[in-house]
Amino acid sequence: MLNETRREQLDKIIKRYPYKQAALLPALHLVQEQEGYITKEAMQYIADYLEIPYGHVLGVVTFYTMFYDKPMGRHHIQVCTNISCQLLGSETLVSHISKECGIKPGETSEDGTFTLSEVECLGSCGTAPMMQINDDYYENLTVEKVEAILKSLK
Amino acid sequence: MTDTDIKYLLPEIPELHKIEVYEKEGGYEALQKALAMKPDDIIEEVKKSNLRGRGGACFPAGLKWSFMPKNSERPKYLCVNADEGEPGTFKDREILEHNPHALIEGTLIASYAMGVTTAYVYIRGEYVKWMKLLEDAIEEAYAKNYIGKNIAGSKYSVDIYVHRGAGAYICGEESSLMNSLEGERGYPRVKPPFPAQFGLWGCPTTINNVETLANVPVIIKNGAEWYLKIGVEKHPGTLLYGVSGHVNNPGVFELPTGVLLTDLIYKYAGGIRDDKKLKAVIPGGSSTPILRGDSIEGVRMDADSLIEAGSSIGTGGVIVMDEDTDIPKILERISRFYHHESCGQCTPCREGTGWMEKIIRRINRGEGTMKDIDVLRDVADNIEGNTICALGDAAAWPVQSAIRRFRGEFEAKIKMEKTVAA
Ligand SMILES: Cc1cc2nc3c(=O)[nH]c(=O)nc-3n(C[C@H](O)[C@H](O)[C@H](O)COP(=O)(O)O)c2cc1C
Ligand code: SF4
Ligand code: FES
Repeated sequence: MLNETRREQLDKIIKRYPYKQAALLPALHLVQEQEGYITKEAMQYIADYLEIPYGHVLGVVTFYTMFYDKPMGRHHIQVCTNISCQLLGSETLVSHISKECGIKPGETSEDGTFTLSEVECLGSCGTAPMMQINDDYYENLTVEKVEAILKSLK
Repeated sequence: MTDTDIKYLLPEIPELHKIEVYEKEGGYEALQKALAMKPDDIIEEVKKSNLRGRGGACFPAGLKWSFMPKNSERPKYLCVNADEGEPGTFKDREILEHNPHALIEGTLIASYAMGVTTAYVYIRGEYVKWMKLLEDAIEEAYAKNYIGKNIAGSKYSVDIYVHRGAGAYICGEESSLMNSLEGERGYPRVKPPFPAQFGLWGCPTTINNVETLANVPVIIKNGAEWYLKIGVEKHPGTLLYGVSGHVNNPGVFELPTGVLLTDLIYKYAGGIRDDKKLKAVIPGGSSTPILRGDSIEGVRMDADSLIEAGSSIGTGGVIVMDEDTDIPKILERISRFYHHESCGQCTPCREGTGWMEKIIRRINRGEGTMKDIDVLRDVADNIEGNTICALGDAAAWPVQSAIRRFRGEFEAKIKMEKTVAA
């Protein structure tokens, strides 16, 4: 399931803890990095690898918002709409992106290019409004900047 | 001392994140000094310094360390809290980016003082960039033998590992953080037992915020006496104030505790955008009670002063709102956040946060009644103090304070609807 490099990484990570289960979040991050989301088979694989029940892995995957149990768009646009971003117009950004990509928050475009989400504070309030696309932060946004970013991704 | 130029967390030194530069600036000297001291003397010094936690609760750091058992057969742990999730808070990431070795050095000194052999830095899952920066710095410190076996020529060995979270605000709460680290869902634990007795895997554990630990090297290097003279004596040191919202120059400012809130807003953050008037300020992250703009004259940014002003220093994340801000709308967003992040273990928090969000939304839609305002306050009052962790309180305080200080805005929404309907 995990490719060799990632399996080696996981083996190294496991050694950092007195119990294998502690490597569960790191393991799930590795799976998602490789596959884009976490399938039932992957959960079973991780459960076996860490010698913990499948049900436990499932419970953890569903608890944490960053773990996806279904495919996401190639670009996951996450707009912070919490207070500091709200004060500086995050609502306008969301509706603009929504229109540009033809999807509402929570949806993925049919061709699988974009997923749009409204998210909670990303610790970037001083450079609000902001969004995260996959691992990258985009800060001090304006509608024009967002347009340029979307264009570069299409 | 009102020397606003003292900056030891974010000094303007280019490339300070590199270990060579950090060393040239006197970095890791405090660690050398600490390793020559008795662990208990370090704890005494930190106690004397009055260093208080920067994660929101202002708990005295030295006292917390002294709770750790001295002769434990079980391993002891330190968790560095880099979850930084409280809306309006964006300061720890500055340390991770610009001065990661101060955090590492502080973590090492704290670990040595408590007899900890493994420290985990729990970092929020979205901070991928900052996680990598910190991992690079840790690797540098391992290479120079500041971390690892017999560090810096001493008999003491310690490891530091980074552990990535996965997007749950509640995991910033210390007991939830430990559960999450163990590979569990992030449910807070009932206290007591406290972490120093029963923490990670049931072993003695201390949890400290990033900024708290980054303060430790200067305390050890320059002594508690020196430190006590920065800012306010009962809550000394510099703070990383994060100012956001309707200001001209938002950002993180390192200044002594006790600066005037008005100075922060008008002098450092450049005043209100478009020369508007100030309506409201949330002084320490989204959970701290909202203050009226016309009530902040003379208010200082330290633990006691803000309690006196009817709020709290929290994380030092100052959210500024101009005269055009719709307070009930802001409160709806805050309540939505706490409802979304409630882990659902306690009924008052799980149900109460949902009710609060619903009632405020109703008022904002113009479908509220005057009675709703009182029900809203009652729900908040019933959550406060009746839950396993402080998220319940954090959800109640913004509601209670907004109704107390901006009641007119809620009533206006209700009355307006009545007039329109008639
Ligand atoms: C819901 C909730 C979320 C919290 N989030 C954080 C956080 O992101 N970072 C942090 O340092 N402390 C957070 N705290 C506070 C921690 O529980 C803990 O008090 C703190 O990390 C202790 O460090 P300190 O004494 O050095 O401040 C949170 C508390 C609660 C109740
Ligand atoms: S107060 Fe809320 S978040 Fe905290 S344990 Fe109870 S339900 Fe969970
Ligand atoms: S409120 Fe948007 S990043 Fe903090």
